[in-house]
Amino acid sequence: MFQGFRNDGHKKNEIHVAAMGLKLEGYPGSGTFAHGVHPPDHKKLSKDAAIRVMPTPEMVVLALHQNIGGPCDPMVKPRQTVQWGELIGKGSTFVSTTLHASVPGIVQRPVRVTLANGRHMDTLPIKTEGELPSGQDLWDEIFGGDWPTTGLNAYEPTQISRDINDAGLVGLGGAAFPTHVKITPGDKKPIHTLIVNGCECEPYLTSDYRLMVEAPVSIITGALLAGRSVGAERIVIGVEDNKMPAVAALKKATDGTGIQIAVVKTKYPQGSEKHLIQAVIKRQVPLGGLPSDVGVAISNVGTMAAVARAVIHKKPLTHRVISVTGGGIVNPSNVLAPIGVSFGALIDFCGGLTPGAARMVAGGPMMGFAFANPNTPVTKGTGGLTVMTRDEVNAGEETACVRCGKCVDVCPMNLVPTKIAMASRHQDIALSRRYNIMACFECGSCAYTCPAHIPLVQLIRVGKALVAAGGI
Amino acid sequence: MKPIDETRPTAPVIHVSPSPHLAQSTTSTRRMMVDVLVALVPVVAMSLFVFRGYALLQLAVCLSGSLAAELLFVKMRGRQSTLKDCSAIVTGIILAMSLPGTAPWYVGVIAAFVAVGIGKIIFGGLGMNLFNPAMVGRAFVMISFAGALAASGFEDVRSAVDAVSQATPMNAYKMNGVVTPLVHLFWGTTNGSLGETSALACLLGGLYLIIRRAASWEIPAGLLLAVLVIGGMADLAGPADGWTVLHHILGGSLLFGAFFIATDPVTSPLTPKGKFIFGLGTGTLIMVLRLFSGYPEGVMFAVLLMNALTPLINRWTIPTPFGGQ
Repeated sequence: MFQGFRNDGHKKNEIHVAAMGLKLEGYPGSGTFAHGVHPPDHKKLSKDAAIRVMPTPEMVVLALHQNIGGPCDPMVKPRQTVQWGELIGKGSTFVSTTLHASVPGIVQRPVRVTLANGRHMDTLPIKTEGELPSGQDLWDEIFGGDWPTTGLNAYEPTQISRDINDAGLVGLGGAAFPTHVKITPGDKKPIHTLIVNGCECEPYLTSDYRLMVEAPVSIITGALLAGRSVGAERIVIGVEDNKMPAVAALKKATDGTGIQIAVVKTKYPQGSEKHLIQAVIKRQVPLGGLPSDVGVAISNVGTMAAVARAVIHKKPLTHRVISVTGGGIVNPSNVLAPIGVSFGALIDFCGGLTPGAARMVAGGPMMGFAFANPNTPVTKGTGGLTVMTRDEVNAGEETACVRCGKCVDVCPMNLVPTKIAMASRHQDIALSRRYNIMACFECGSCAYTCPAHIPLVQLIRVGKALVAAGGI
Repeated sequence: MKPIDETRPTAPVIHVSPSPHLAQSTTSTRRMMVDVLVALVPVVAMSLFVFRGYALLQLAVCLSGSLAAELLFVKMRGRQSTLKDCSAIVTGIILAMSLPGTAPWYVGVIAAFVAVGIGKIIFGGLGMNLFNPAMVGRAFVMISFAGALAASGFEDVRSAVDAVSQATPMNAYKMNGVVTPLVHLFWGTTNGSLGETSALACLLGGLYLIIRRAASWEIPAGLLLAVLVIGGMADLAGPADGWTVLHHILGGSLLFGAFFIATDPVTSPLTPKGKFIFGLGTGTLIMVLRLFSGYPEGVMFAVLLMNALTPLINRWTIPTPFGGQ
């Protein structure tokens, strides 16, 4: 249960951020991690664009499997009328979650679509019919109003977790791990720290940043509830030091709550949960382990805002903030849009494509998925749509590896990417495992840096599939 | 969404590809090679200044030999020309800088063909070779044309160029116990292989390589550390004949080897730790050869021997992953 902060020990290592007069007291981390890269962040395209509410689209397509873990079982039939927020799918296993109608309307015949990540998925399309608040009303409905930061002891830890599952929450940072699995009272692995991830280290993306600036109090309320559910002794929000307006907004909102803000160094992939834990509490999550193995629960800022809404207002996850940005978008924006809307509708809402647009990416450019069909629907984990021009993509011609070791110098997991990639290319499973292929989380730092422009990440993905097929 | 009309040149054409979708624009293999060429400028300039026409001729012979060999061998493999990656130019210049200016033209040509053809292309081209190509070429001619690269090959007492009329500092010491003043070794006004004489030029070029990260600092650091320690011990244990550890560092091809030859990325280990071990091993072998073998110099053999150990060093230095035991 949440009881404030221990300030004993670890006093020697403080993170000083002189500009803001902030200190991260009581935490041993250095505010960063070893290796990593500094890609150009391109965030200025959309970082000052206040979140705009998208008008209700004519149609949404809700995939039945939007999270890591099991899919949903559909709860509605074609031609059935559903209300906004009505339950339409139920998790098939524990590591799965519920699904709700993001618009009021009539359920259409299920169709199979290809999601941006390449998976073919059964979906429930809903044709909009009926009223959904629009504009400022929808914003107020979702993020507005008073968010309590005191008296949260009235909410029972197990009930918080149940409410999160009932609201269909998944990690909104991109991985879409069911939130109720993380935010739940644990007996076996006690959680001492809840880290709220506001790093948003992917270039271009600004949706989390805008949310921190525009709706900080809902994030704080959600964090307090989540912290109470997992029984954390302390709550820290990790934000990269290129987002100082967000830090200022959060600072104001956290006043008197005991929540601390860890201003960490801007470096890709700082938003990786393992690396944020290292930056803040200097513990390494064991290989193949989870944050709970080091007593940490970690979740994204957007997820926390959704937790607040799920627990206090008992409202499901139906909308999310999406950055629609890149040189290929006429008006780069941050958009509050219903889940299931097509990427094409988002592009139209933001003024369309520029003539130079060359690649559409669901997510950010480092880990996002390129796709070609504009009818592809948005899922719960979609934090952004980055449309890049040919110049921005800057694909170089592949040449031979000269074993310069630059990939080794940047790998945040301390691997030897070129060796693993070559082992994969030659289908040498034993060699790729000797070089710890499964530790790679495909952040893309190696391929970004490689002077020979070798598709290292893609080769490693193929190798991982080979290892998985070979049975570990 | 508006339909995309591909017949109009202004319409966007969308293509897909695996992530990441960003690439660092400033790096390429070619750029790394160009960095090495820039770093070689002081060395080449100094060799032209000291050896005049000898250096010019040797450079021309080795460069044209390397480029011709690259063209010929790549064509024989039925591959596309790889001249534009500039690696053949680097090999040619480093080879020329490692030969005596007085070596006959055919020695340079044969060395270049062996370096590029047998040292690199038959292994599969750039990135696939096990041994430093320039050193393979040099080792071949050193054994085949022993006279041209032995002590007598460097000296021509009747030469109009001052440096060439003297013995090389390493030979003068090994054979006659004559110690060349450090100042001469530093500026490079002595006899020797074209690029090795000036410690200053090697240091300048080497620093550029390291600042541009075209070469890793771990290899020269390990190499110099090993030479300092072993040379220092030899100073304490050996006769006080005036040849100190500083002469070991500034004399011969030690600095040229440390910065330009041992740092060849293809033939050195991948990890920082491995690179440091590689440097230590090379430095140790150089000192063993210099102190105990019949040769006055040992850089070339030391590098080739350590190249052979590189796969093993890579295997020994697999880093522990983040979160691993």
